[in-house]
Amino acid sequence: MAGHAMAVDERGAPKSFISRWIFSTNHKDIGTLYLIFAIMAGIIGFLLSLGMRMELQEPGIQYFHGWANLINGETADGPIGQTSADGNGQHLYNVFVTAHGLIMIFFMVMPALIGGFANWFVPIMVGAPDMAFPRMNNISFWLLPPAFILLILSMFVEGPAGGLGIGGGWTIYPPLSTTGQPGPAMDFAILSLHVAGASSILGAINFITTIFNMRAPGMTLHKMPLFAWSILVTAFLLVMSLPVLAGAITMLLTDRNFGTTFFDPAGGGDPILFQHLFWFFGHPEVYVIILPAFGIVSHIISTFSRKPIFGYLGMAYAMVGIGVVGSVVWAHHMFTAGLSLAAQAYFTAATMVIAVPTGIKIFSWIATMWGGSISFRTPMIWAIGFIALFTMGGVTGVVLANAGIDRSMHDTYYVVAHFHYVLSLGAVFGIFAGWYYWFPKMFGYMYSETIANIHFAFTFVGVNTIFFVQHFAGRAGMPRRYIDYPDGLAYWNEISSIGTYITAVSLVVFFIGVIHAFVRKQAVSENPWGEGANTLEWTLPSPPPYHQFEQLPDYRAHEKAHGLDH
Amino acid sequence: MSAMTSLFRVVLTALTMITIFTGLAFAQNVGMPVDKQTGFQTPVTGVMEFIVDFEGALNYLIIFITLFVFALLAYVMVKFRASKNQEPSKRTHNTLLEVAWTAIPVLILMVMAIPSFQLLWDQKITPDGEREYAYAGKLPAPEVTIKAIGIQWAWEFEYPDEEELAFSSYMKADDELEEGEPRLLSVDNQVVVPVNTTVRLLVTSSDVLHAFAMPAFGVKVDAVPGRINETWFNVKKEGIYYGQCSEICGKDHAFMPIAVRVVSKDIYNQWLNVAKVDIDEAGTLLKQLVAENQIKTERLARR
Repeated sequence: MAGHAMAVDERGAPKSFISRWIFSTNHKDIGTLYLIFAIMAGIIGFLLSLGMRMELQEPGIQYFHGWANLINGETADGPIGQTSADGNGQHLYNVFVTAHGLIMIFFMVMPALIGGFANWFVPIMVGAPDMAFPRMNNISFWLLPPAFILLILSMFVEGPAGGLGIGGGWTIYPPLSTTGQPGPAMDFAILSLHVAGASSILGAINFITTIFNMRAPGMTLHKMPLFAWSILVTAFLLVMSLPVLAGAITMLLTDRNFGTTFFDPAGGGDPILFQHLFWFFGHPEVYVIILPAFGIVSHIISTFSRKPIFGYLGMAYAMVGIGVVGSVVWAHHMFTAGLSLAAQAYFTAATMVIAVPTGIKIFSWIATMWGGSISFRTPMIWAIGFIALFTMGGVTGVVLANAGIDRSMHDTYYVVAHFHYVLSLGAVFGIFAGWYYWFPKMFGYMYSETIANIHFAFTFVGVNTIFFVQHFAGRAGMPRRYIDYPDGLAYWNEISSIGTYITAVSLVVFFIGVIHAFVRKQAVSENPWGEGANTLEWTLPSPPPYHQFEQLPDYRAHEKAHGLDH
Repeated sequence: MSAMTSLFRVVLTALTMITIFTGLAFAQNVGMPVDKQTGFQTPVTGVMEFIVDFEGALNYLIIFITLFVFALLAYVMVKFRASKNQEPSKRTHNTLLEVAWTAIPVLILMVMAIPSFQLLWDQKITPDGEREYAYAGKLPAPEVTIKAIGIQWAWEFEYPDEEELAFSSYMKADDELEEGEPRLLSVDNQVVVPVNTTVRLLVTSSDVLHAFAMPAFGVKVDAVPGRINETWFNVKKEGIYYGQCSEICGKDHAFMPIAVRVVSKDIYNQWLNVAKVDIDEAGTLLKQLVAENQIKTERLARR
């Protein structure tokens, strides 16, 4: 087999490039498009963070004044270190902060996990020939590039007077996002979020319909693979929360352009209202980001331990529980906004509750490995890394849940460290775990495990170096979204920046691995991972035929064959 | 029993190591971050002492949980690797375990909630002279009221009870810094408050959101236009304390620090009398009084 690419069954595939890739209605092709998109957006998002960490490596402003002049073509620039002097460096830094957050969330993690992996594998895992609404799937994807272009364009039109782009943070709180930045940049960003949100809502509707109606005969909800469960919960969270965001940013748009005063106290509005609406979306959103990674990790742990997942139903309902409780804790992002004592007490208690289902998941993964026969293939290494790092991000979340402590932590680097441990290390490790797990299935080629493991080593060391020390900087009192900081914080910031360079190397290794795999063209069989891999995608050739399951698979027979009918 | 003793010693050593690495033993610093600091700034209010202790305890807890998870991971990775364990078990349930890892976290969280709520109540209830505070006992009702108004990019302070005393507080540029003044934290007009006095703090904004943060006090309040957020503090130790705006507010978000000078009631009153007339002169006087006071304290210490 090795050395010979399997003849890919392309029956039914459109011949022309445009029909196949632009008018695509095939869930696998659309999944691939999403993955390519996510990789490109991820590069831009990473470069932005690289710029920020370069700047923060030393106290003072070293780079941003120069970069701002490059973009603005101006020379109005204070001497270096003369921080409050004229210059657009400070604003450009805020633009980087904002764009990094928005790009990584809306255009990297979500397209990779939901658009990419879920599109590819939810239909296959539930035994369906395609998504329920293939044309809607197409428009879900093709709304994203224009949304992304709008966001990038916003960085090159006027935001506040004399500055390009929006510098309000990804939370775009008014009044900074209304009267604070009167230029059209904010309107571009709002429109971008509208379009990206519409894309996600359409995708979520598609997943819910597919999962509810197109499962193979015999696959009840309580037998459905956990990745499909994770996407089901995610899709419900999206359908519930994104319209609220759309409403909030529409109100922002009308406040900016049509004289309404939803968020303007001068007209009877309230800026805090926006925060409530934003976080009613924003908190479920962080679970949207992490839940699919939970699903992926569950499959990988089970596959490489050669054991069925421990406590399957508990795992599925833990995700449902996280989704439900995660929807009623939003104001823990607003503990310093002036909430009443009762509100803070409630949101503290509710937030702590999330630790329980999360703990169930962590322990169930370990219990799945317990008694298993574990082979440390690349996806398994990433998945174990995920568990370790997600645990660290989770426990600092328990600390932050306490409103009394959050008083000191809010808007410091401790929070930055916390959410990067669960997102940049959690979700992204989930993405890479899924990438290496499904790469042979999606593209039919095996990658070099050596290169992939080097990629892991650099990423693991790099991201931990970046974010672990940020806990210290945060406790010492370093506020987030700061282009310059008191000299006492220099040490941790320098270490953190070094971590970013290590991570940059890891990305280079990642791309070398991808190119190497496509050049080497080492073909793989249906199931390269052995008997532990027992979901339906491993019954298909690698890569799967253009149209799979022309005859629906009999899930009961599949269960019997794989000993799943316990 | 010697095994127990040595185990105890190992645990103690481990805790000491963790303490050093996590900075629960914080450096002797007051009022601003210092090099290689890992913990909070030294607390100077009862509320912040409470935060430091509670977070310290939680820190032990989360380090323990994390190490426990890591240990389990390491154990399964070694014990159940394919070369060691060729036949995987098919076990997927253990009711006792599943109840345990649901119930134990619930119990831990319920215990955690007790100090958490106590801290929250302490923070949110302004002293009235009667209520007992965990780390400060009974505190007097507020005697001084200060209104902080965030503007792009500075703070304005008003003392509403003192004949409308009001002044603005801008960051000093690097070339304006005097000997010993920290960069990015020093301001032209410091806020002055008396020591061991309950201060009512009203925070608002006249343009976009800002946040008044004073790490050593355990105070952080958003400045919201159209709203007045209220909090309080009662500082136990004289000194200069720095904080920074903690809600993104545009270009110079990083350059609108807050400096609070805590002095004896006597010095406070002298400053106040001059400040009502001329804030610049009051600043000069304050510097002089603080310097004199310091010499006096040092002389006392030497004796």
